[in-house]
Amino acid sequence: MLLLALFVLWQNLSYPLGNLAEPGAGFVPLFLGLALAAVSMVIIFGGGSSRSLKVIGWAEAPRVVLILAAFAGAAFALERVGYRLTIFGLLVFLIGVVERKPVIPTATAAIGFSALTYFVFVHLLEVQLPRGPWGL
Amino acid sequence: MEALQNLLHGFAIGLTPSILVYAFIGCVIGTLVGMLPGVGPLAGISLLLPATFGLNPVVGIILLAGVYYGAMYGGSTTSILMRIPGEAASVMTCVDGYAMTQQGRAGPALAIAAIGSFVAGTVSTVGLMFLAPALAEFALRFGPPEYAALLLFGIFMLAYMSTSSMSKMLAMAVVGLLLGMIGIDAMTGHTRFTFGVVSLGDGVGIVPVVVGLFGLSEILLTATDNAKARPAKPSLSQLMPTRQDLLESVAPIARGSLLGFLIGTIPGSAHVISSFISYGVEKKLSAHPERFGKGAIEGVAGPESANNAAATGAFVPMLALGIPTGPITAVMLAALIVHGITPGPTLIQEQPTLFWGFVASMYIGNVVLLILNLPMIGLFVNLLRIPYSYLYPCIICFCLVGVYCVQNNVVDVWITLVAGIAGYGLRKLGYDVAPIALGLVLAPMLELSVRQSLAMSAGTYSIFIERPIALTLILALALLIALATRPFRSLSGWRKSAGLMSE
Repeated sequence: MLLLALFVLWQNLSYPLGNLAEPGAGFVPLFLGLALAAVSMVIIFGGGSSRSLKVIGWAEAPRVVLILAAFAGAAFALERVGYRLTIFGLLVFLIGVVERKPVIPTATAAIGFSALTYFVFVHLLEVQLPRGPWGL
Repeated sequence: MEALQNLLHGFAIGLTPSILVYAFIGCVIGTLVGMLPGVGPLAGISLLLPATFGLNPVVGIILLAGVYYGAMYGGSTTSILMRIPGEAASVMTCVDGYAMTQQGRAGPALAIAAIGSFVAGTVSTVGLMFLAPALAEFALRFGPPEYAALLLFGIFMLAYMSTSSMSKMLAMAVVGLLLGMIGIDAMTGHTRFTFGVVSLGDGVGIVPVVVGLFGLSEILLTATDNAKARPAKPSLSQLMPTRQDLLESVAPIARGSLLGFLIGTIPGSAHVISSFISYGVEKKLSAHPERFGKGAIEGVAGPESANNAAATGAFVPMLALGIPTGPITAVMLAALIVHGITPGPTLIQEQPTLFWGFVASMYIGNVVLLILNLPMIGLFVNLLRIPYSYLYPCIICFCLVGVYCVQNNVVDVWITLVAGIAGYGLRKLGYDVAPIALGLVLAPMLELSVRQSLAMSAGTYSIFIERPIALTLILALALLIALATRPFRSLSGWRKSAGLMSE
């Protein structure tokens, strides 16, 4: 948090501060950067009462990394291969690979969900969703 | 008299078939959102936001409000039957609600939760109806210094009322305010903190941040928590509370309704805080406090009423002042802005159809929810039997598509990913991330108010103490800071007794 505050203050050097009668673009961010630095110091010095990182359980971490990787992959693919293929791939990965569910329920869920949500969003709610190279 | 005439006008709008259908859909989605772990009301409303773009603004806001108070109802079901709070405000209901289920009294607990929610929702809507127009009229006297003082007071109040440490809450609020600085400065046209990403010129949207902080991070936090509990499924005949249950619940419901509504109007995670305080009050007032935690029906009636009343109370400052008291009302304000409606004290005068239609829809919504939550409880319980390993991938897909649809911009999806990682890490470390969302929404208002105030006073800070309303708010702010400092901690002992102080 302190590092973030210092980064903000450093970045803010490139924006005009103005004066009190006519505050510039860097005026409020300067105050906020200083406020964040001050509160961070309070947290650091009061940190003795907090739990240590070792006490906090991180058992879910491997699965968290897989879920985040899947989400990042889907964000990358969304506009390149279209909504339906992206959602199908994301569900197959999460249900079939991460959760290790059998093939048929995984495929049913992935095909059903991607087709149904596409129909609801595009045809009922008239929301634009990206299409891939094969119109999918 | 004028209010009643306006309300009749509101019912004329609220009872049109299209509004009724959308209020019903909102209540059903809200009930599901409240029941299913991994989707809180905030993420639910954010994800539904793009679906309202093609709707009339009145219909859109009624749909989103239905999700909000529907979630307050729905959250009680999983708390009582499975000891899993579907959303944060239902945590206190778990304690005595689940104890009642273990004693074979799930039916009366569900019925009292639904009746309490109905009474509290209706009573607080009456409060909203009378208080919001009066407050809006008063707020017409507000200028930039008053708004700046009010916004600062709101941020400090949020930190003071939180269940986390005040310094951590303030840090999160400042992070949110800093996020709100990203983009083009409205007064000078300077581009700030965009790092060359053109899409960030318009600023960071509330929806991707909220979905990441609350939706995605919740899934990450529960990644190993594949609950295998099978919920009990009470039949309609088992739902009837006894005469004794009803008698014991009357006073807690009344107190919870009043307390919840008042707390709801104060900035903070009101619906969560109100349920904690209501539980503390009921335990303190009870002649047999030892029954609490072992299936006391007052421990269900009070908190459930309070969180529903607070949900409605939170609409008072949102509709009267245009100021959100929490992240949920912040997203709803964003929805109004998307529809070209300017929130603020003149909203009720300029958009009477929206305000009174909204009020009427809340009365209707409460009736709909009472019907949904009693006879149809068995149907909803069946949905809880969907394995979590199938459920959470679908929720992630909804997060992805919901965020993308807001602006058809994949940058928003990346922001959600970053916010999800940040939310996961911060929540693991004991930070409450709600102030980030609130800070993000308040940042442009706060910056504009501060800079306009200084410009008005030709560069002197005395403008904040020369005007009576601003001075009162500044003094209240100073009092809050004083109460939070060590020498005065004993004066604020109520926070500890209400379970609001963790450190």
